[in-house]
Amino acid sequence: MVKPPFSQEEFLDTYGPTLHYAPPGGFSSVEDYDALVDTHCCFCGQQCGIKLKVKNNAIVGFEPRYDFPFNKGKLCPKGIKRYLQGSHPDRLLHPMRRTEHGYQQITWDEALSETVTKIQEIQAKYGRNSFAMLSGVSLTNEKSYLVGKFARLALQTANLDYNGRLCMVSAGAGNKKAYGIDRASNHWEDITEAKVIFIIGTNIAECFPITTDYIWRARDKGAKIIYADPRMVPMARTADLYLPLRCGSDSALLMSMLHVIIRDGLTDEAFIEAHTTGFGDVRAAVADATPKWAAEITGVPAAKIEQAARWYGEAETGMILHARGLEHQVKGVENVMSCANLALATGKIGKPGCGHSTITGQGNGQGGREHGHKCDQLPGNRDITNPEHRKYICEVWGITDEELPGKGITAQEILNEIHEGKIKGLLSICFNPLVSLPDANFNREALNKLEHYSVIDFFLSETAQHADIVLPGSLQEEDEGTTTSGEGRVIKINAPVTPPGEARRDWEILLDIAGRLGRGKYFQFNNTQEIFNELRLASRGGTADYSGITWEKIVDTQGIFWPCPQTTDEGKVTMHSEHLDDRHPGTPRLYEGGKFYHPDGKAHFNAVNWRESAEVVDDEYPIWFTTGRVVSQYLSGSQTRRIGPLVDQFPHPKLELHPRMAKQLKIKTDDWVTIQTRRGEVIIQANVVNTIRPDTVFMAYHWGGKQSANLLTQRALDPISKIPEYKVSACRVRLASPEEQAEGERTQFLSSRTEKNLPAGYNLAERRKELRR
Amino acid sequence: MSDFRFFVDPIRCIGCKACMQACSECDTHKGKSMIHLEYIERGASTQTAPMVCMHCDLPTCAAVCPADAIKRTEDGVVQSSQAPRCIGCSNCVNACPFGVPRYYPEIDQMLKCDMCYDRTSVGKKPMCASVCPSEALFYGTLEEFQSRRGGKPQNSFQFGAQTITTKVFLVLPDGEMGLDMDVISHMDARFEPDAFDHLDPFAHLELLPMEQPQTLRGRL
Ligand code: SF4
Ligand code: SF4
Ligand code: SF4
Repeated sequence: MVKPPFSQEEFLDTYGPTLHYAPPGGFSSVEDYDALVDTHCCFCGQQCGIKLKVKNNAIVGFEPRYDFPFNKGKLCPKGIKRYLQGSHPDRLLHPMRRTEHGYQQITWDEALSETVTKIQEIQAKYGRNSFAMLSGVSLTNEKSYLVGKFARLALQTANLDYNGRLCMVSAGAGNKKAYGIDRASNHWEDITEAKVIFIIGTNIAECFPITTDYIWRARDKGAKIIYADPRMVPMARTADLYLPLRCGSDSALLMSMLHVIIRDGLTDEAFIEAHTTGFGDVRAAVADATPKWAAEITGVPAAKIEQAARWYGEAETGMILHARGLEHQVKGVENVMSCANLALATGKIGKPGCGHSTITGQGNGQGGREHGHKCDQLPGNRDITNPEHRKYICEVWGITDEELPGKGITAQEILNEIHEGKIKGLLSICFNPLVSLPDANFNREALNKLEHYSVIDFFLSETAQHADIVLPGSLQEEDEGTTTSGEGRVIKINAPVTPPGEARRDWEILLDIAGRLGRGKYFQFNNTQEIFNELRLASRGGTADYSGITWEKIVDTQGIFWPCPQTTDEGKVTMHSEHLDDRHPGTPRLYEGGKFYHPDGKAHFNAVNWRESAEVVDDEYPIWFTTGRVVSQYLSGSQTRRIGPLVDQFPHPKLELHPRMAKQLKIKTDDWVTIQTRRGEVIIQANVVNTIRPDTVFMAYHWGGKQSANLLTQRALDPISKIPEYKVSACRVRLASPEEQAEGERTQFLSSRTEKNLPAGYNLAERRKELRR
Repeated sequence: MSDFRFFVDPIRCIGCKACMQACSECDTHKGKSMIHLEYIERGASTQTAPMVCMHCDLPTCAAVCPADAIKRTEDGVVQSSQAPRCIGCSNCVNACPFGVPRYYPEIDQMLKCDMCYDRTSVGKKPMCASVCPSEALFYGTLEEFQSRRGGKPQNSFQFGAQTITTKVFLVLPDGEMGLDMDVISHMDARFEPDAFDHLDPFAHLELLPMEQPQTLRGRL
């Protein structure tokens, strides 16, 4: 409602981002600690194993966790420096109310009763669904499950959605349509058995760094790498075949590859016959998708498309990997299905070295998307519109069907409805939509229209600054639970420290609100393990079946791959989680023996026809604009933009453009440029590199405010998954005027403050120079 | 333990700087990284090159040190300078053929990679080679390396008349790596591959004729 009550400078001094450099107690504490605790990194879907060093209830450093099978000690810079988010000067330590004069410290009782009163007032006045909840999948499985139950039973609203909507939903929907289940098809060890690896729309080196080693292990055994991306990202640099496709043209490339595979008789007819349906339609859909046709759309020479198709089609084993590049489009689901069509047509699925996997981006992007966190979903990846699914969950929760809300609207649609004035109140946790949703100016307007907004967060993120009540929550290392890595491996997160100050564990806050709303009887949990045990029961019989997994078994086996269903007669019918059995070993590889998860047991081909992206370049906006990540930052940067050594690696977003375009626009590296789209403009510095297509510019999206790439992107959504089209927009670029440059410099200046009191001899200036090089 | 060797394979390096961040965690050089990473030329490529101390069998740095501050252990690790002895003269900095040692004025001392002697001397892997996500830095035996991976490990280098053998291996790619980093050269004829010389990225370029209406033409 009100504007943030501070000047930007004042705000920065109090709430950051402050660049934090040294562990509590200085670097000597790195070798002086009380305990080494096994847990996982929280900064991407790979969930690397890591050991945290603990002293005096603070995390003081890390040690590689060599025994965790996924990464065997390997880490990217985020994992190494993640411990610096603890003991951080910006940490929210007590509940606050925002007033016209600034943030006022209040008690938990005041904060929670005000939140609850507002929820009740708004719902009484405008109806239950006028109060929405937004959540995120950096939360553990336990918390994700709890949020799903909390929104439906405590808030009693249908309008719950999550930030996986910006991440995993295209893959999820595509996987479900093709295979009847939503998970990466194989554990990563299978990548090393592939003879060809086709990578499309994922900057593996920067977004999923550990996966590079799996790919190199395959290459060491002779695998060929085909890499399709508008930029020659670090892994594409050494690829056997590089396909510089134009952003948004993925499905044309994929259709054409399938065309060649069919034309040249490289399909696996026996597999298609025995294990799939719908191939006829797909065959017809790609009949005219010749390489020449696709070359005109994609900019990839026809000969290279033929080569890629033949390498993939002829190889004995093959793996397809993709991520947001292909999924962040209005054709996200179609693109995923096109990949599935390739895998199914060649029978390259459900065997060692054969599979089709999306690489999960967010920390718990896999687990968090399975247990009722989405507006259309119930635990176990059940469908909230399916009467049988509803019946089962009602039984687990002890409610009637009338008490269970129906399908709600998706994340961006919630912001749209707030903007329209239909949704009046919001509670959010683990979501920074002002940075992460497209068309930031629109979303800022929306947040300012809310009658009430309460946020649970540990730092005052760009979005949290719009909240009326701020409830200080917990970091990953302050709360115990499980997450599920991109492989589908359910793993254990440990909590070596407790939340500082008056901050509380997220789940305790939710339970308290539920209690105050008079719904406490549905939330009788004493700890997160009890939540997990209810989750086991609730997921039983769903596609994402966790019922055979226990915390103890996870610890003993270094992680269990779901589905992990019941094996005993009692386990299959009991309504008490303590009677569930834990005998099933888990499922590292899906679809073995051609068994798929649709009711007919088959995989389904889905015909895809070519269509253009929502916005295409024209005379007014002649340049393709696309976005992505850098290795040192995570998502909206709410955490990583506060970690000094990570910020120093890549302090500000830069516009990547090709020397040819730069020459035409008279732009040199480090010049200030203005990028404009129909939504807004951004002024940043240029980086002239020949590793990008000459008709495309790229900007990383981790920054907020005036440095936000999402000032430029559009709210166009995939019709099925409702994922926004971050990866394809039209823009224009020019040198910034002197006034614009001054504004850009001021924005950089205001983007963070360096921590005071650095250890003696730290020599920050030198270190920065080294890291930035 | 002396069977263990350190391998640097720049082709696999993804420029993530995990190695630098991990090295900087060591409490002996608090926040400073002893491994250095350079972009070969960011404008032209994403290729990066990590550089650790090569741990020469006959270390030039130690040979030129007037204060005898640089020791080589029996298992072949060339140590960082010893604080009480180092006089900060930077002879080593200038003499090292690989450009490894650095002088830190704030402590008036040379520091360099000591292959994490605190770790490697007790059988643990060095920090940078532990974390490197793509095994561009690899710590293990030569047999292990050769049984698992391609590339030609080399630990003998020629600098003018001087032949230097090292504990650390540099891995050269098998055969030719035909790496053309300019995206244009991978595109179709509309993008005229020959129009661009990536050695001189800013020298030459004309407006590009394109066929499709939704291209750069018109505006640019
Ligand atoms: S961010 Fe991902 S790759 Fe990096 S350490 Fe964390 S889990 Fe591993
Ligand atoms: S950690 Fe490995 S891949 Fe990353 S920059 Fe260092 S050497 Fe390169
Ligand atoms: S071996 Fe140890 S000291 Fe040397 S560069 Fe690597 S991490 Fe730093």
